[in-house]
Amino acid sequence: MAPVATPFFFYLFAAIMLIGGIAVITRKNPVHSALALIVTLLAQSSIYLMLYAPFVAGVQVILYAGGIMVLFLFVIMLVSIDRSMKERQFNSQWVVGIVAATALAGLFVTVYIKGTSIFPDRVLPIIESDNTQKVATMLYGQYMFAFEIASLLLLVAIIGAVVMAKKRI
Amino acid sequence: MGQIIQYIESYLKTKDLTPGAAGNMFWALVYILLIFGGLSVAVIAMNWLERKILAHMQVRLGPMRVGPHGLLQPIADAIKLLLKEDIMPTEADRFVFWTAPLIVVMAAFTVFIVVPFGPTHAVTDMNIGVLFMLGVSSLSVLGVVMAGWASNSHYPLIGALRSSAQMVSYEVAMGLAVVAAVLMTSLNAEGTGTLSMIGIVQAQQAQGIWFIFKFFPLGAIAFFIFAVSMVAETNRAPFDLAEAESELTAGFHTEYSGFRWSLFFLAEYSAMIAVSSIAVTLWLGGWLRPFPNLLSGPTWDLVFSLFPGITFLLLAAMCFFNAARMPKHPMFRIQTIGLAGFGMVLGLIGLVLLLPAVRVRVQDIFWFAAKVAGFMYLYIWYRGTFPRYRFDQLMHIGWKVLLPLGLAVLILTASVALLQQRLWHP
Repeated sequence: MAPVATPFFFYLFAAIMLIGGIAVITRKNPVHSALALIVTLLAQSSIYLMLYAPFVAGVQVILYAGGIMVLFLFVIMLVSIDRSMKERQFNSQWVVGIVAATALAGLFVTVYIKGTSIFPDRVLPIIESDNTQKVATMLYGQYMFAFEIASLLLLVAIIGAVVMAKKRI
Repeated sequence: MGQIIQYIESYLKTKDLTPGAAGNMFWALVYILLIFGGLSVAVIAMNWLERKILAHMQVRLGPMRVGPHGLLQPIADAIKLLLKEDIMPTEADRFVFWTAPLIVVMAAFTVFIVVPFGPTHAVTDMNIGVLFMLGVSSLSVLGVVMAGWASNSHYPLIGALRSSAQMVSYEVAMGLAVVAAVLMTSLNAEGTGTLSMIGIVQAQQAQGIWFIFKFFPLGAIAFFIFAVSMVAETNRAPFDLAEAESELTAGFHTEYSGFRWSLFFLAEYSAMIAVSSIAVTLWLGGWLRPFPNLLSGPTWDLVFSLFPGITFLLLAAMCFFNAARMPKHPMFRIQTIGLAGFGMVLGLIGLVLLLPAVRVRVQDIFWFAAKVAGFMYLYIWYRGTFPRYRFDQLMHIGWKVLLPLGLAVLILTASVALLQQRLWHP
């Protein structure tokens, strides 16, 4: 099935992501920031879908929007929001922030100007119907070692969290 | 004009394709509208059935006043809810309070895009079908949390915290059970499984067994884990701690009234139907009729394709029987006529469903709906039978019973599948 109005949807989702991202850092109420972040993550998963990566898009929705952000909200709601909103919003990392932003902007400008020569003109679209199977064979075949290392890292994090949270194991 | 008609007709010529896969916008829209209408009717019917069945379980009559046997009660309720004043607490976060019910409803309805009511009767078939359903239905917890927080009141906040903790915990066990079933789809010659909802049912058809009976008792245990965690996911009794009325009034939707409350109600019931249809697709063979391989052949095909029509005719007969039993008082005359008329409508539907051209096309939908209806009855049965769990008991079941059980089932399924492939097909 041929894609429908690809540039339109790309700009739409990109705009939603940008608006959401700006809202995350400008809202004073942390719950509003978290909700804006969820909107950003959902728009990002739509972009993944447009890149013929449905599996990554689905995992993005389940893990980030449905799982991690719910825990974020959970924690934020337990904090007294009235008091934290009255406190001064401090940010003393102007220098680092400006340097990082300039570097990122430079990268974007370079890609925008020289993009056609750096990247191949067009990539063969991956067939959508067996994308998930491809991901599986790559993860458990070619990149088995890296995958296992990553899961070990997560295991360490889980054990660390349990040890820190519980006094008597 | 001719082009439009040709566009509409072109889908009818394609065999075994969903409208989404055929890329036909018109038929996709038709299917979406049909599913939307069917779901609304199902929620209304479920509302009436739940009150009636619960009442009969507790030796009461249930709604009897509005219409014969209270048949018009859900409509009266809907009108009451729409006419009610829409109250918003003064201290509430207006925007979040306003969007929360919308998110819950949208999450509950969007999942039906991939539900396969038949090999061609789905809006579309996605490569990541199950993943999509689990992901989108997990978004409804966001709406619950938002509703609880935005109300700016204590009971809703506690209810929202409880339900988010509950839904996040049970999602893990649910996911493990689903993975065990998806693993079973890969037991074919190519050795590749599928996440597509239609593909999963076709795998069960190809292997000649519903996954609930596969590797007995492994499939059944995975099904059991899913069946428990789906009740917890939808916040229904006995896991309805988020809205435990004895402790929290009504939980996260305490401050909601009128139309917004009815949106939560609609979302709860359609989410129940959605998770039941995941269970039906993964373990109970989706749209497949009972014994498609054992009792095959044209005679059995005919017998099983008569079921939908006969079911409706039986319902019509029930209506006529009860219309004859109505009190012979002039006050009940309108109700008697109404009930007989309802029976006539049901009977007509039954007769239409008996037509050969119709019955071949709708029997998939009928078997799917019948299996989902079984789950709906189970939901009501649970509510009438089990006492509510305490919150620590709920967490105990989720993390210390269902999660290890799910892991064990997953590992055992993988081992048995591998052994089977090595020993029987070397």
